[in-house]
Amino acid sequence: MPGLDDLYREIILDHYRSPRNRGELAPPAVRAEGHNPLCGDEIQVYLDVVDGVVNDIKITGSGCSISLSSASMMSQAVKGKKIADVKALVNRFRSMMGLDIADAESDTDLVSIEDDAEVDVPEVKLGDLEALQGVVKFPVRIKCATLAWITLTQAMAEVPTA
Amino acid sequence: MSFDGALVRKDFPIFERFIDGAPIVYLDSANTSQKPRQVIDAMTSFMQNSYAPINRSAYRLAGEATDAFEAARSKVARFINARSADEVIFTKNTTESLNLLAYSWGRANLNAGDVVVLTHLEHHANIVPWHMLQAERGIVLRWVPLTADGQLDLTDLTALLTDAKVFSFTAMSNVLGTITPVQQLCDAAHAAGAIAIVDGCQYVPHNVTDVQAWGADFLAFSSHKMCGPSGIGVLWGREQLLDAMPPFLGGGNMIADVRLDGFTTAPLPAKFEAGTPAIIETIGLGAAVDYLSNLGMANVREHEMKLGSYAIRTLTERYGNDISIHGPTDIASRGATLSFAFAGIHPHDLSQVLDQRNVCVRAGHHCAKPLMRLLGVSATARASFYIYNDESDADVLVDALAGASDIFGF
Repeated sequence: MPGLDDLYREIILDHYRSPRNRGELAPPAVRAEGHNPLCGDEIQVYLDVVDGVVNDIKITGSGCSISLSSASMMSQAVKGKKIADVKALVNRFRSMMGLDIADAESDTDLVSIEDDAEVDVPEVKLGDLEALQGVVKFPVRIKCATLAWITLTQAMAEVPTA
Repeated sequence: MSFDGALVRKDFPIFERFIDGAPIVYLDSANTSQKPRQVIDAMTSFMQNSYAPINRSAYRLAGEATDAFEAARSKVARFINARSADEVIFTKNTTESLNLLAYSWGRANLNAGDVVVLTHLEHHANIVPWHMLQAERGIVLRWVPLTADGQLDLTDLTALLTDAKVFSFTAMSNVLGTITPVQQLCDAAHAAGAIAIVDGCQYVPHNVTDVQAWGADFLAFSSHKMCGPSGIGVLWGREQLLDAMPPFLGGGNMIADVRLDGFTTAPLPAKFEAGTPAIIETIGLGAAVDYLSNLGMANVREHEMKLGSYAIRTLTERYGNDISIHGPTDIASRGATLSFAFAGIHPHDLSQVLDQRNVCVRAGHHCAKPLMRLLGVSATARASFYIYNDESDADVLVDALAGASDIFGF
């Protein structure tokens, strides 16, 4: 079995101990809720989008170190980004988790992303999120890492189109 | 008389397997149990030598298969002290047994406003079928609350049971390990005019079961948690009640006669066993009952009381306030199923770290989300012990937890 050092990298533990962007946002920010039926974890993503840009994002809920650190890093990564870029990042993250982007339409785990074809995946930088790469070696935990991203995708679908 | 878990372990081929060069420390038997060679051999031998349809062919081989199948039913009946083997209905598992009751007994006997009493200890399998009946029929659900240490709070039981038609409860919690006073609960149900349904899924594999001493009306349990294969379970019911119930699934085997304008049902137990059953698995369950009977269920309970006490004591001595074991503290009121919180570390992370040492525990909500909410947690880690465990397994668990506190200790 791969060592736990591959999984519990220091930056992951840092985000777990001190999660960024914790809290709620009032409407007109949208809210989406995700569940991991396997372990009972619940996460809420609040997303405030102004003129196609993520103005603010907040996260509440409970979960393991992988799901909460993934949510924390995700919130940092998407804040201030255009929705189109966020979608590209979601796909990049999916890809890192070993989930096939081409299958996004049929994958029941992740809500499909409409404009897959327009996304140029290799261009997107993951930054700190690269630390979650090790999760792939522990397949049971992939659902933990992707929970926040599924919930973010649901939140984006809730954003009223201008 | 107690027995040596390390000797019992030799009967279970899976423990000959090493992962990353180390043996498996299997502490997830409340989830599902491992299988002894006796069960594996009985199933293999049946397939190799005696397999044939049951109840429907005249040749000798089919007769042999039918006899073996029915012998398993008799073994199960003796194991729970049923009056007759006809009271033993084979189902898929506990979940199907409880659904059968809600569907068949429930639809025949419950209408809008009728009261079904459950407890806060229940598994989803003893909640959701009643929720479904609530949505369909408008029945009313009442809930027996818990004391601070996770036992049933029976203070207001008489009031809760007033005008109730059903009291359905677990004999042992799959989360807290709490053993409930089954006989007392059956008596209280009957005093109120309700039937008593016992979810024995966790209790039956670990304790002496006597449905007549309990005075129960129905009992549901699963083979896979008691050394038998998955895919086979039991619904035991009092003959008079089963006779009065409409059938559940319709099809072959469950009929006496079928005409163009209708059907009549077969007598018990075939009435509730439509279609070809899990024949091989039933043979396996019979072998599991033999295996456990040879150990002696009173000995199994004694073994687990010792082991459970040892695990609670060593965990507490080593980690003090950093570990919190949910449920009753007195082993007399509980089984060796230990749900715990450790140093604020999420159960999923705990399980991951323990897996490095091949320690298999469950991390999650244990299909008991209402109870999780009551405990104020989204999940727990659960170590559950069985006949093939011994003190060395508890020691590895205790040591391996230190690895979690090394990574997450903050």
